[in-house]
Amino acid sequence: MSGAAFRIEHANRSSRIGLALWAVILAALAAAPAWADRAQLRLLAEIYTYVALASLWNLLAGYAGLVSVGQQAFVGLGAYALFWLSILGGMSPLWTIPLAGAIATVVALPVAAILFRLRGHYFAIGTWVMAEVFRLLASQLSALGGGSGISLPVSVFMSIAPSRNAREFLTYGLALSLMAAVIVLIVLFLRSRYGLALTAIRDDELAARSNGVDVHRTKLVVYVITAGATAMVGALAFMQKLRISPDTAFSVNEWTAFVIFITVIGGIGRIEGPIIGSIVFFALRETLADLGSVYLMMLGAVAIVVMLKAPRGLWGLIAERYGWQLFPLERRVVYIDSQPDSH
Amino acid sequence: MEWLNSIVYGVLLGGLYAMFAAGLSLIFGVMRLVNIAHGDLIVLAAYLALVMTEAAGIHPLASLVIVVPLMAAIGYLLQRVLLNRTLGDDLLPPLLVTFGISVIIQNGLQELFTADSRKLQAGAIEVASVRIVEGLSIGILPMIQFAAAVAVIAFLQWVFYRTAIGRAFRATSDDPVVAQLMGINHRHVFALAMALSLAVVAVAGVLLAVRTNFDPSIGPARLVFGFEAVIIGGLGSMWGTLAGGIVLGVAQAIGAQIDPGWQLLAGHLAFLLILALRPEGLFPKVQA
Repeated sequence: MSGAAFRIEHANRSSRIGLALWAVILAALAAAPAWADRAQLRLLAEIYTYVALASLWNLLAGYAGLVSVGQQAFVGLGAYALFWLSILGGMSPLWTIPLAGAIATVVALPVAAILFRLRGHYFAIGTWVMAEVFRLLASQLSALGGGSGISLPVSVFMSIAPSRNAREFLTYGLALSLMAAVIVLIVLFLRSRYGLALTAIRDDELAARSNGVDVHRTKLVVYVITAGATAMVGALAFMQKLRISPDTAFSVNEWTAFVIFITVIGGIGRIEGPIIGSIVFFALRETLADLGSVYLMMLGAVAIVVMLKAPRGLWGLIAERYGWQLFPLERRVVYIDSQPDSH
Repeated sequence: MEWLNSIVYGVLLGGLYAMFAAGLSLIFGVMRLVNIAHGDLIVLAAYLALVMTEAAGIHPLASLVIVVPLMAAIGYLLQRVLLNRTLGDDLLPPLLVTFGISVIIQNGLQELFTADSRKLQAGAIEVASVRIVEGLSIGILPMIQFAAAVAVIAFLQWVFYRTAIGRAFRATSDDPVVAQLMGINHRHVFALAMALSLAVVAVAGVLLAVRTNFDPSIGPARLVFGFEAVIIGGLGSMWGTLAGGIVLGVAQAIGAQIDPGWQLLAGHLAFLLILALRPEGLFPKVQA
């Protein structure tokens, strides 16, 4: 058998345009401290947090079929790691962020060992129970204020950067970089052999298994990576908030309901989905937030309608209609000889 | 004696959890649907009873006569109009749609009734108790609740195995396509299962509301308790669900006895322990 001379192409015309577009947007956002005021910077940083969390949940639920409603467990874990290490361990908050990710990665292993015994829907509620356990344990931490929580002491947040402006710019830059890193990580992951395995599992788990895909291992890798990255995003989010409590750090509404709605409305199972969804979510929130609980009801209703009428979300509608993809993710075999091997 | 008291309390509380679990277990058994809004529907039933008692001035337990059929009708419509469309091989649609319903109910109740906590006043029966021996007495209300749980589970067991509709439930659960060939309308059967589930939810909601304070946000925790009881007891087994509820209730009572902050944590840990050691639950239904 002759060695086939081919390579796999991931990019196509729309994904090249897409990448150029992302580069322009990223450059404009990186320059935001020059054109945006403090409130706008904060809003942008919050949007980045949700894009990152929704992208991670999308990887978990949309690609790996692990529908979790308990990712607040890792948001809160990361946040508590930051407060614990910086208040009680005397570390600079910035350095605790990667450490928070590492801790969550390690914690996710035994958590997965228990939760992976539950299938499908029951897995979902199991993740919720786990998040509740984390919340209740956090409220037992009397060194961090127990159930009522604690603020980041002035000395600690002064150690991030001495001036207020420098701090704001630094956290803004971090939020933007973390979001970009999460998206790049997911693109690379999906292009790796794990990504191929995930696609195979999604299309037909039994067929994937019989072709030698280790389904359990693949899902475990996704779960653990997602947990680590989610914790880093959580740590950064609470470094901006400067205050933590078990109820806010492990809030199912804030860290899971919103994230799920964003992903479903934007388009689950596509990388572009969470980005589009976040833009829609924040546009709605900025115009309708005064409505309070009515706004949340509307959000729930929109998610139900989208799920029933357009289960691939807004971006799914666009992608199906025009065949666009804004990230180089497809796999196309390109033969290096002009003729495919015919002998 | 203090310990015995709290264990008895835990067993009786377990009856309430078993009732949360029974409705959940029923619809999972018939149509493989996990209703994330289950806990919020329990709270909705509690508020319906509150409106009945305040508007008509009737006793909370008497309000069951209205709340049970009302919730059953809501269940039938919910399934027929919305949830039947989500059923299929994909896990996401039912999960996300019931999640959306959960958010809508919670915020809707908050809009209508504010976030204040409420309680159904049942009068003298609330404090009445029977003294078993010196130092051990059991409240009448918890006993009624436990008896109601046993009755509800016995009733569901009877419906499932002794009636025509139960046969339709089991047939549709085994194979909806063949059941349809036999002339069963599976959409109608699913809707009836949801109606029955929400009838149980109504009983559970009213009894919960007589027992403790409630507010619009407590639904998800009730879902979690019910879910834990289902898994502890073993999937697909109604009486196992009662055992699961009791294990959960006792674990919480023992936790609370050690330290009030440990009540919920002890229940969750018991659940995780059983999941780790015996993932099929205590009384799994034998799979053919």
